[in-house]
Amino acid sequence: MNLLTAIKRIRSWLDERLGLEDIKSFLVHKTVPRHSATLWYYFGGITLFLFVIQVLTGILLLLYYRPTVSEAYESVQFIMTRVQFGWLVRSIHSWSANLMIFTAFVHMFSVVFLRSFRRPREVVWLSGIAMLGLALGFGFSGYLLPWNTISYFATKVGTDMAASMPGIGYYVARFLRGGDDVGGATLTRFFGFHVAVLPGFMTVLLLVHLVLVQKFGISSPPKIEQKYQRRGEPIPAMKFFPNFFLRELMAWYATLGVLGSLAAIFPWELGTKADPFAPAPAGIRPEWYFLAPFYTLKLLPSHVWWGIEGELIGLAGFALLAFFWAALPFWAINRQGVERSRLVTGVGVALLAYLASFSALGYWR
Amino acid sequence: MKMLHMAGLFWVMFAPSWSATKNSCQQCHSSLGGDLATPALLFKKDIHSQHGFGCSDCHGGDPEADDPETAMSRARGFRGKIARTAVPKLCARCHSDATFMHKYAPQQRVDQYAQYQTSVHGKRIAAGDQAAATCVDCHGIHNILQVKDTLSPVHPLRLPATCAHCHADKARMAKYNIPTDQFEEYRKSVHWEALEKRGDLSAPSCASCHGNHGATPPGVNSVAAVCGTCHVLMESLYEKSPHQAAFVRMKLAGCVVCHGNHAVFQPSVKMLQGDSSVCAQCHDATSGGGIAATRMAASLNSLTAAIKVSSEILGRATRDGMEVSEPQARLQDAQELLIKARVAVHAFDLAAVQAPVNEGLKITTETYQAGLSALKERDRRRLGLGISLITIVMTIAGLWLAIRRLEKPSGTRG
Repeated sequence: MNLLTAIKRIRSWLDERLGLEDIKSFLVHKTVPRHSATLWYYFGGITLFLFVIQVLTGILLLLYYRPTVSEAYESVQFIMTRVQFGWLVRSIHSWSANLMIFTAFVHMFSVVFLRSFRRPREVVWLSGIAMLGLALGFGFSGYLLPWNTISYFATKVGTDMAASMPGIGYYVARFLRGGDDVGGATLTRFFGFHVAVLPGFMTVLLLVHLVLVQKFGISSPPKIEQKYQRRGEPIPAMKFFPNFFLRELMAWYATLGVLGSLAAIFPWELGTKADPFAPAPAGIRPEWYFLAPFYTLKLLPSHVWWGIEGELIGLAGFALLAFFWAALPFWAINRQGVERSRLVTGVGVALLAYLASFSALGYWR
Repeated sequence: MKMLHMAGLFWVMFAPSWSATKNSCQQCHSSLGGDLATPALLFKKDIHSQHGFGCSDCHGGDPEADDPETAMSRARGFRGKIARTAVPKLCARCHSDATFMHKYAPQQRVDQYAQYQTSVHGKRIAAGDQAAATCVDCHGIHNILQVKDTLSPVHPLRLPATCAHCHADKARMAKYNIPTDQFEEYRKSVHWEALEKRGDLSAPSCASCHGNHGATPPGVNSVAAVCGTCHVLMESLYEKSPHQAAFVRMKLAGCVVCHGNHAVFQPSVKMLQGDSSVCAQCHDATSGGGIAATRMAASLNSLTAAIKVSSEILGRATRDGMEVSEPQARLQDAQELLIKARVAVHAFDLAAVQAPVNEGLKITTETYQAGLSALKERDRRRLGLGISLITIVMTIAGLWLAIRRLEKPSGTRG
């Protein structure tokens, strides 16, 4: 029996049990629309690529990280100074987390402006929004883990905000902190959320998201659909494999280049170890993706109408905004089934302008 | 019946306050205007007034009486204006009574009068000198505030100016034949800088060295003990040094010989060598003492320079994103050894200075090496990044060519 015959027999054995031919046939027949907005399709893949990097570097960090108040900072310091390429792994983990949230936002807004959330893709949109929420949760929980001054006080501010919610605030804050204040119990809890709870939910949602994208295919913007409908032609497309896949691979390599450059030129800082008895440092602010709500809450007066706290009004406003944004596919179409195109574009542009301007103001002021 | 209850309640609520606030001295003097009204107006904020004391507690008389003749009659114990020489004894009636003072200020000392009697001020007053300071000259007369009150003239931040009020007055001090530049000199000192600029209330001012109630200039032989109250290590080294016996012999006032008294400047290596060297006041540069001073300065300078070089290289590494917090913490140890070496100068023994300096130099060698390694590591990272980026760009270019080849119309493919 020569080598070729052996490979054929192994392949046949696997095909019978895993249905490899079906997967191959699916990949060969799967296509991706090819038009002026195709560029935006790559951002979903880039976000997925960065998530995979997060998982891999996170596993490597787990080999050395110790989630206790007395050891957390020192273990990260050990990773940064003593472990071979530890600095690179930690910097890539931190930078890719930030880039992932950025590309997830780009992906979300491209979905809005290309109208990819339309029927029957509502669940794809909802799973995407839920994953963005989880990504922010990853950011918030991971930020505390090095147990440095900035992360400690940012977590204090963040959990204080949760505590100001009426009725349930006290219980939510207590659940997050594992006590009355940010301490050892909070660190253990956040570590648990970061490496077990959130990844579990993320895996399920990611599978749902990817399966549904395969099931419904990639959507084209209505204007392009109408343009080709008028011509009586199908929308041009390219094969997913290898044409689109190779292009996506190029995007991944470019992302890797950016990530490596950021990690090597601007290694992620460790700062000083958190001291719960020290006063909060001046100018404390959260990560950039929380800056817009943070700055908005700062602008609100301490008390507004009838003595209600401004922070409370702000939090209620953000909750409402998140709810309406998640429900976008349901209010984007009127009762007659016609799309409220101007409204969707207007809301999308307004939200984008708000996030960009308030994040900038929060950073520089 | 109900009316009777109401009247009773009214009496219980207001009657005691009527009797407690009855003070005909204040009532009359407030309405007199001018100098006669000032004490009555000032006294409202006085600490004694706030504790429930009245004018009669010092001046005697009967504050219950509305008729001025009766209220200020000798029969009712009226003393009138207190003579300056009588002031200390009058204050001491309460302030020297531990049982009495315990009710108002349990932690306050009660030996002020005893101390005052030992002071130059107290002795002069006892000798009948009306111009010597008494309690009221420092604490105020009718507007006495607690020492911790920042408006009090004896609050640490205001005390030097209070002393200077008399001691910088040339006319007033002329008959005592003592200098009047102490405050001016003190305002050039590190002690004033700590007190005034940094707001350090524990920084020494006049009373810290001279005493407060027992204010006396420290004697020549006790200067080191006075400075040693705060500068403990320096004093203990000086006491064992050859200078101690020599200064006693020469009737020189210890620390003051090198550091001055009121104008105590920031000490530096320049005190050991160069034009402004204090050692050169007594030691010739070629003498054993002069050579030792020059060597001590060189030793301190070498560690200062080594710390600076290490700090710069570690700073550069930090700015380039390298994690060097451990060597930076280690450099702090070298900084502490430099302080230790500066303190050791007071032993006036070269070996005592060189021991911490050598230890510090060992640390700075380590930290400098750590800084160099960090910069080398930075360069390695950048080289690695360059190679990786070239590989990535080449891979992207290869992929692009593969895609173009793949998408070329089948007839044009080579």
